[in-house]
Amino acid sequence: MPHDHHNHLSPSGHPFRADNDHPLSYWQTMEIAVRELLIEKGVTTAAEIARQIDAMDNRTPANGAAVVARAWTDPDFRAALQHDASVATSEMGFDIGPMKLIAVENTADLHNIVVCTLCSCYPRNLLGLPPDWYKSRAYRSRTVREPRRVLAEFGVTLPETTQIRVHDSTADMRYVVIPARPDGTDGWSTDDLAHLVTRDSMVGTGLPKSPDALA
Amino acid sequence: MTDTIPQADGHRWHDMGGAAAGEVPLADHDFALWEKRVDALMILCSAKGHFTVDGLRRALEDMPPSSFEELSYYERWIASVSQNLVEAGVLTTFEIGERMSAIRERGQTYGDAADG
Amino acid sequence: MGSRVRVRNDMPPGHIRTPAYLRGKCGVIERTLGPFANPEELAYRHSGAPLALHRVRFTMAEVWGATAEIPTDTIEAEIYAHWLEPADAA
Repeated sequence: MPHDHHNHLSPSGHPFRADNDHPLSYWQTMEIAVRELLIEKGVTTAAEIARQIDAMDNRTPANGAAVVARAWTDPDFRAALQHDASVATSEMGFDIGPMKLIAVENTADLHNIVVCTLCSCYPRNLLGLPPDWYKSRAYRSRTVREPRRVLAEFGVTLPETTQIRVHDSTADMRYVVIPARPDGTDGWSTDDLAHLVTRDSMVGTGLPKSPDALA
Repeated sequence: MTDTIPQADGHRWHDMGGAAAGEVPLADHDFALWEKRVDALMILCSAKGHFTVDGLRRALEDMPPSSFEELSYYERWIASVSQNLVEAGVLTTFEIGERMSAIRERGQTYGDAADG
Repeated sequence: MGSRVRVRNDMPPGHIRTPAYLRGKCGVIERTLGPFANPEELAYRHSGAPLALHRVRFTMAEVWGATAEIPTDTIEAEIYAHWLEPADAA
């Protein structure tokens, strides 16, 4: 019996996309065909595909939040992250695969924001798959020309004295923003700090939550 | 339309930086199983050296501009993955078509057809 | 690092990782990475000659002129070496 989940939200608060209960589409049929043929030819296995999906499901913004919170509390780690973010995050235990990562730090004078105007490059091996808006025509088109208007749509308004630096992920590197540590968090544990770090704050379209959010 | 990019000068549609466009749509969705499978196939096939991410992008970019609106992200991806696998000699177009026809006989939903 | 460069203003066909909005624009090399295989060759199943990859910083004023939101805001992008020439070249 088809399960009707159309009026429900997933645990992450997003609507499910039409899937198993809807008429089989041409492209879904192609996915099945390609997958079966690759398995029959020994290119891959069903188990390998399942493991790959599990690995991607396990990559979430919580990984990035742990990195940011440690950068806020551990000066040596922060320096390592600035030197080579791929090495620093791998050594912290995250399986980022072959991803080459650069961490860019926000300060009172500088706000970083990440976009990929040519496709949708995203630090997926740390943060998981990108949100739909990151792949949208509007975000890809406008962020390099009018980042402040784009930020305003995300509810972020910065003073003109704060320079905005847009990173267009055009080639081999991926970017994660290290937001500025919120005021009023002196003495907080890294675990508590990590709860303030949102996905959007690591893309640069958001800021960390205020300490009051955890009160 | 203010959100199309002129192409008579060689400017390609996927190269969107600086174009005029509307508000950023903030609605999001969780990925369906078939979408995750497409993603996994791309990662595995590229890791095994059958094609590169630039090969994936090249086939995406060579699609008509309307494909960005008419197809979803992973619909475009499976089209590109298939094309790259054919170019690599891993699959043939005939066997993809033949298998797709067989799959359609299995049922009318993804759930019915996927695990035949 | 720190060198002033201009992005070539070419409009070739095919798979290119140099965005059109930066072509012909001048910026400063922020850091140099790589070498990485040339994606313009990888895309067509060639092995891809190794190239240096430069992260170039541009001002909004340089890229968008008078229509820049804030002229001193900046854009950084990765540009492969063969797309860059010294900014003093004619």
